[in-house]
Amino acid sequence: MIVPFSHVMILSGVVFVIGMFALLARRNLIMMLLGVEIMLNAAAIAFVGAALRWQDMEGHSIVLFIIAVAATEVSIGLAMIVRAHRRTGSVDPEIISLESKKEE
Amino acid sequence: MSLFSVIFYIFAAVIVISTAMAVTRKNLVHAVIYLIVSFFGSAGLFYLLGAPLLAALEIIIYAGAIMILFLFIVMMLKVEETGNRVFAAKQWIPAAVLSVVVFALMAYLSFAVPGGQTQMRAAVAEPAAFGTYLFQHHWLSIEIVSLLLLVAAIGALYLGRHREKGQPEGEREARP
Repeated sequence: MIVPFSHVMILSGVVFVIGMFALLARRNLIMMLLGVEIMLNAAAIAFVGAALRWQDMEGHSIVLFIIAVAATEVSIGLAMIVRAHRRTGSVDPEIISLESKKEE
Repeated sequence: MSLFSVIFYIFAAVIVISTAMAVTRKNLVHAVIYLIVSFFGSAGLFYLLGAPLLAALEIIIYAGAIMILFLFIVMMLKVEETGNRVFAAKQWIPAAVLSVVVFALMAYLSFAVPGGQTQMRAAVAEPAAFGTYLFQHHWLSIEIVSLLLLVAAIGALYLGRHREKGQPEGEREARP
């Protein structure tokens, strides 16, 4: 006996909401990408809990793919942030969109 | 309350507190370090929930590779401070309202759904058994993921290619 399944889901929900808040409220592309990472991690926690709840390894396989997708997403995302920073000198999404409008 | 439950709640508190600290930090380096603590907590939680291989992968890939990549980028770019607030005033109120609504719905659902109160029995998925299972049932997905990582590597190399004369050549050709 560890804990009720709902407590794992509540933990996952709290972490997901914190990540969503970071994605919505921060005005810094790096912090927004960190928010996406937090949300993916919350999904991984939920899947591991579900795998234990139903005693099935399917959830573990999904978590492996989540980790791979997170690695992909972070490498592409950071490359795009570096490129945007090189062109506009900022990581603020508002300034970047203003600068790219100016260039058109 | 058994020892396992106590450990679970300690890990949960560590994860939630360090993630919240990471999100509210102004200094990006501090945020990344707090998030590393959070991922260590998640790794401990995975181990507790019977996934030792995933705990190791969480430390190696999430805390080790992804967060260190973030740290490199934070140190490479000179990120200037915009404004004196961490959260933009006109953004954080709708974000907070949306977050609270989503969380309330999630909490209600996870208590209301039948079976939510089921006590979980401790079990361990041995790494060898998990590897066998993975390559028996998901071998095609593994190949697709490896292709995805190759595409990501090529894409990151293409995006990060340094050009001396300001505008990237691809963009210039696209314009009339």
